Amino acid sequence: MKLYNPPSPLETKVISKRFGVENSWRLDTYLATGGFEAFKKVMEWTPDQIIDEVKASSLRGRGGAGFPTGLKWSFVPKNVEGPKYIVVNADESEPGTCKDRLLIEHDPYQMIEGILIAAKAVGATKGWVYIRGEYRYLIDHFDSVLKEAYQRGYLGKNIAGTGFDFDLYSQTGAGAYECGEESALLESLEGKRGVPRIRPPFPAVSGAFQAPTVLNNVETFSTVPEIIRGGGKWYADLGTPKNGGTRMVCLAGHVNKPGVYEVPLGMNMMYFINEIGGGMWKGKKMKATIPGGSSCPILRADECDIPMDYDSMAKAGTMLGSGGMMVMDEDTDMVKIALRIMRFYKHESCGWCIPCREGTTWLQKMLARIVDGNGAMRDVDMVGELAKSMLGRTFCPLGDAAAMPTISIVEKFRPEFEAYVARNPFASSELVQVG
Amino acid sequence: MTFSPELEARFADLLTHYPPGRQRGALIPMLMYAQDEVGAVTPDLMEELAKRLGISVLQVDEVVGYYSMLHKKPQGKYHIQICTNVACMLRGGAELYEHACKKLGVGHKQTQASGKFSLEEVECIGACSWAPAIQVNYDFHHEVTVSQLDQVLEGLQ
Repeated sequence: MKLYNPPSPLETKVISKRFGVENSWRLDTYLATGGFEAFKKVMEWTPDQIIDEVKASSLRGRGGAGFPTGLKWSFVPKNVEGPKYIVVNADESEPGTCKDRLLIEHDPYQMIEGILIAAKAVGATKGWVYIRGEYRYLIDHFDSVLKEAYQRGYLGKNIAGTGFDFDLYSQTGAGAYECGEESALLESLEGKRGVPRIRPPFPAVSGAFQAPTVLNNVETFSTVPEIIRGGGKWYADLGTPKNGGTRMVCLAGHVNKPGVYEVPLGMNMMYFINEIGGGMWKGKKMKATIPGGSSCPILRADECDIPMDYDSMAKAGTMLGSGGMMVMDEDTDMVKIALRIMRFYKHESCGWCIPCREGTTWLQKMLARIVDGNGAMRDVDMVGELAKSMLGRTFCPLGDAAAMPTISIVEKFRPEFEAYVARNPFASSELVQVG
Repeated sequence: MTFSPELEARFADLLTHYPPGRQRGALIPMLMYAQDEVGAVTPDLMEELAKRLGISVLQVDEVVGYYSMLHKKPQGKYHIQICTNVACMLRGGAELYEHACKKLGVGHKQTQASGKFSLEEVECIGACSWAPAIQVNYDFHHEVTVSQLDQVLEGLQ
């Protein structure tokens, strides 16, 4: 499998260490490089021991929300009748994010081993990897890996002679950003429209087919084998307190060396952009960066000198999200960025909740009005106000995801919006004073 | 309605993936794989899948209407999908799309009269670090320039 971008010597390769190795996706390569050692180790452990080790690693979900993984697993009820399931979120649709496909492409067995360890921890017997429909090449690739795993006894009955049984399948999506949200993904897995479910109950209690379910991102599962091999403490110490380990960051936009790189949590963002990403392209200055996918509030260039970990990002008013970092140079039109982001969320809103469905529609109309030169100052205020009124008022985070970047772009780059309005000859103060 | 033996085998395997009585889980994969063979989600196809899964045609229809990759009309032999979302936009995705519109003489979700090419401006396809990206049917092309787009299009027969 070819690499899409050359690696950087400044990376800390924990889960991407097999990337670029010949036949890295084959079982024999995996077994020859420590594969399934962690799985065999945990077969001797109690479920609580596994969960405690994952808790000690301070691994937090890599899909976007950053919820502590060990804690999530501990919510699955013990001593209940009936099946339990594992679901892997490989829907990877957050704009800016392109890491999960690499983990499945180059090192699928690492993810499979992580799934098996999670299954042992919660007592699950079956699982699905939900891969977005656009990644058909990846689904075909993963299906061939599953076939090999079954043939060689690493899935199915009595896995690797341990007496442990587990079935794993791929499941294709069909084009819907909303299905990256966990409860909408579960609806889609059941053959329905991908609309969110009301919570509680959370998937740990009632998830896939109404059974207790562990649902995590590809990268989260892929990290688990190394945590078991090296120990939770070793993994935690790679990062910063409460922000254990490394993560895959997808660098995009106006930099010299865009690419997906694995770095320890807590690395300084400007160091990452300049040293690993090769700095700004064409000798331009940075204007802004979206640090973790398009639903994250934007940072001005002068706000980017911060450590990349969940807590430091929260302190700066934004999120590490799904690791999709998009860097923008001084010539970037922030009004057009705001409109493009809103066009996306309007397109992807599932329509279930009115604040999201109507909010994204009207925000797009107002932003388009401003860009088209027909906006008034009132529109600029109203964009910010309307976005704020969507926050926290929907079943799932899509409403927030649309509102948060919009609020931050309008606040931080208001003069650019005002400059568009100033070009509108009809936007006189008399006309905009209503009521 | 009949399908190829390969697709029938795939359907039979899919139906074993779900808990007893929950075979509806196979609906979306069946629609996706059948659409590739049939060319579109036709009324016949919806009826057939509804029958096989024991659900109503309406239940199939509401699913088809929801997902952007399921389409009731056939697309061109080569469906050109150009991403213009933020990461691709920053590196020329919108210019690629405009160029493709002119070159192919069709717009968003339109198909040439010859049936050779159809075009779609798509949302993020997960190739942000190698932007701008396009997909021709299911094949990805990364870091595409206008002249490379021309080459790709001219190379398709």
